[in-house]
Amino acid sequence: MSPLKNGVLVVMLALLVSPVVMAKEATPMAMDPALEKRVNEITSELRCLVCQNQTIADSHAELAIDLKNQVRDMVKAGQTQKQINDYMVKRYGDFVLYRPAFKPTTMLLWSGPFLLLLIGLTVLVINLRKRMTLVKDDGDLSSEENERLKSLLTADSAEESSASPQKNNKGKEDKS
Amino acid sequence: MLRYVVPLLVFLAVAGFLLRGLNLNPHEVPSPFINKPAPAFTLQKLNDPQSRMSAKDMLGQVWLLNVWASWCVACRSEAPLMDQFARAKIVPIYGLNYKDAPSDAKAWLQQFGNPYVANLVDYKGNVGIDYGVYGVPETFVIDKQGVIRHKVIGPITPSILDACVVPLVKKLQQATDQQVVTRDSVEGCV
Repeated sequence: MSPLKNGVLVVMLALLVSPVVMAKEATPMAMDPALEKRVNEITSELRCLVCQNQTIADSHAELAIDLKNQVRDMVKAGQTQKQINDYMVKRYGDFVLYRPAFKPTTMLLWSGPFLLLLIGLTVLVINLRKRMTLVKDDGDLSSEENERLKSLLTADSAEESSASPQKNNKGKEDKS
Repeated sequence: MLRYVVPLLVFLAVAGFLLRGLNLNPHEVPSPFINKPAPAFTLQKLNDPQSRMSAKDMLGQVWLLNVWASWCVACRSEAPLMDQFARAKIVPIYGLNYKDAPSDAKAWLQQFGNPYVANLVDYKGNVGIDYGVYGVPETFVIDKQGVIRHKVIGPITPSILDACVVPLVKKLQQATDQQVVTRDSVEGCV
């Protein structure tokens, strides 16, 4: 057989095998949808320690699969989510929870964003107040400035009145 | 002046945090087992499947529990050092053969050396879960009262041995029953 034919045969064999493999992985899901849903809910709140930014529900690491099976057994045995979380924290520490309990060691973690927001708002308010006073200073014009303003305004209105007929003509032209 | 100093200070603070972050290993999750009793187990021995060993059998001596597997590549890198360390006879090393086929494990020991007093077979990985194992190899230092005093995550290196494991083991061995020795007393462990 030529190497090309060999290659084709390998690809065809691979295509034959792959659906079987997938079917094998999917079997436990089909067994009890309600149970799987509950297991999925719980494991979605747990961090996989092997691939740290994935949940145990998402991860296909061997340890994650073992822990998923462990959670499934515990749910079957009627344990609550709290009991399962305690079981995990006892073994892997607070790190395993995506939402760790509020206690002294996690206080900064929980309150940090709000603290930063508070600091940001304070800086904003201080800056806005500063600006308000700046605006107030400029509000009052001196008599000299008032004079200049008047002359500018009259010059402006004179220009406008001379310009306005033209504008009107233009407008009419545009309309027609 | 202040408008230049404040941003500079903020920048330095952020840079300091980032620099510290560069030197941290996110895979080293602090173990909740430090200064807690070692979880109980009863497991078959690799070389003698008829006899079983439990954590209680180890009470009264300081010992190391090294979690390993034949499929674990990093275990190979620590094997020569573990062999050498075992020959120094400072502390008995017990192996927890984690999620491994016994035949593969035996072949591995032939090839890479056997530093273990005994190997315990954790075929399904349940004991591994009880000990919070998430990356093999891991090594637990357990004292005479059966309390875990330290855990090394990843392969043991000469510097970890010299700076932490050996001094800690010696302190634990010298401690009387009333004395409590934690890893905080060994600078290289913290």
